[in-house]
Amino acid sequence: MKMLKLRPSEILSMLMGDPQADRVVPPTGFTARLTLFSAGVMAFLAVFAMALSMASGRLAQRWGDELARSATLRISAPQEQRAAQTEAALRVLETTTGVASARALTSEEQRALLTPWFGPDVPVDSLPIPQLIEITEDDQGYDAAGLRLRLSAEVPGAVLDDHTRWRRPLVNAASKLRLLGWLSIALIFAAMAAMITLAANAALAANAQVIAVLRLVGARDTYIAQAFVRRFTLRALAGALAGMALAMLAVALLPSAQDQASFLTGLSFAGWTWLSPLIIPLIAAVVAFVATQAAARKTLKGLR
Amino acid sequence: MIELDNVAYSYGGGELLSGITFGLQPGSFHFLTGPSGAGKTTFLKLCYGALIATSGEVRLFDQDVRSMTRDDVAMTRRRVGVVHQDVQFLDHLPLADNVALPLTVSGRGALDEAANLKELLNWVGLNHRADALPPELSGGERQRAALARAVIMSPDIILADEPTGNIDWEMSQRLLRLLVELNKMGKTIMIATHDLALIRAAKTQVQARVLRIANRQLQLAGADL
Repeated sequence: MKMLKLRPSEILSMLMGDPQADRVVPPTGFTARLTLFSAGVMAFLAVFAMALSMASGRLAQRWGDELARSATLRISAPQEQRAAQTEAALRVLETTTGVASARALTSEEQRALLTPWFGPDVPVDSLPIPQLIEITEDDQGYDAAGLRLRLSAEVPGAVLDDHTRWRRPLVNAASKLRLLGWLSIALIFAAMAAMITLAANAALAANAQVIAVLRLVGARDTYIAQAFVRRFTLRALAGALAGMALAMLAVALLPSAQDQASFLTGLSFAGWTWLSPLIIPLIAAVVAFVATQAAARKTLKGLR
Repeated sequence: MIELDNVAYSYGGGELLSGITFGLQPGSFHFLTGPSGAGKTTFLKLCYGALIATSGEVRLFDQDVRSMTRDDVAMTRRRVGVVHQDVQFLDHLPLADNVALPLTVSGRGALDEAANLKELLNWVGLNHRADALPPELSGGERQRAALARAVIMSPDIILADEPTGNIDWEMSQRLLRLLVELNKMGKTIMIATHDLALIRAAKTQVQARVLRIANRQLQLAGADL
């Protein structure tokens, strides 16, 4: 498009502004406030969508990483066969390709796992609890179906608990959530572009006489467009800055994720990602610039 | 300066002007007359590039209007001062800023021209109204302000479309004297009007030629007015 041919120096001089040029368009209090307000609201929403995307991204990654390479083998056999079956299972696992290591949990470890449910004083040893074997995969991973077949033949009491089964839908859901978040951001900016185009068109229509007079006295299109474009760009920038600041404050005030609740990671920014919302006002300004420029060019083309 | 070669112009309905060939000589003073709706305004608009001829060729300062870019048109407007009957201003800016508007939009600082502006406002007798907003001005004041705005860039040509249409006789005389003065300074003037008394008054002050638009044609009227 023609407007993209603007040189950086022109954009700079536009943002620096020409106080004379600013005066040729009459101030319009109401549309100005509406544009500010809408840009602010959009930026506010965009910050939340961004926080949501980043949080679900972190969630998907964490679930993926933590659960990806481990599985559990549970041996529920009568007390007297348990040791023998554990031995057999470990042998099977050692000869399975894709299994990096397999280790039977000690009774202390098993007791630690159960403590939250039974309390520390319950004699766990006397209960018929199954033996757990922790399996760590190597990079290739193992064939779960094949392993199950072999186990069912050699260790009848073994149940392979492959975490993928419940992990995959969760990771999937988190990834979809992240995608939705980014989609929302895109839609928010599209809506902002539409809204600013409408506001700019209204301003251009309301100022038809101003434009005709400027044209008659020899103003070039760039000059006329600039007077409008600058105004809307700065309004969108200011509105979006305010909206972003409020939204970041709101995000900062959200209760932070506790370690115990890390399953539901906090809907917040982490570390350097606190800087990422800063791009929202910039995008808003660019969107406003392009939208107003297009609207102004279109209007100006209609008159000589 | 402005040349029309076998120019025709038609609106959707039919032909308004046809077969017009005309050249505007530097330093000349022309009246353009004819019945209402004959095409005087259209003719002037062709002369400053606001309309493009349906056929034939219009050249402004040796440049074909059809080949002009929008920026070329804007540059030409700085060399042609235009005064309309229903002159429009930027209603939110005071008169002085409106008169200086052509300087502002062409990037010439109005500050450097402050003395010129004051002199110009004095010349059209509007110095005391410099801070007034356009809607507060009377018809005559608006016409004189429009003339001041049209000449501030020191254009080569001044085109006026019924400049005296809304003002009384005395004010018309005053405006005419200003235009005659400009002509004596070497500017080319063309005034569209159907006020024959104005034309007669002008003939006593300047050597004016009268063009008449009738039956879609442009004719040089006789000296019998």
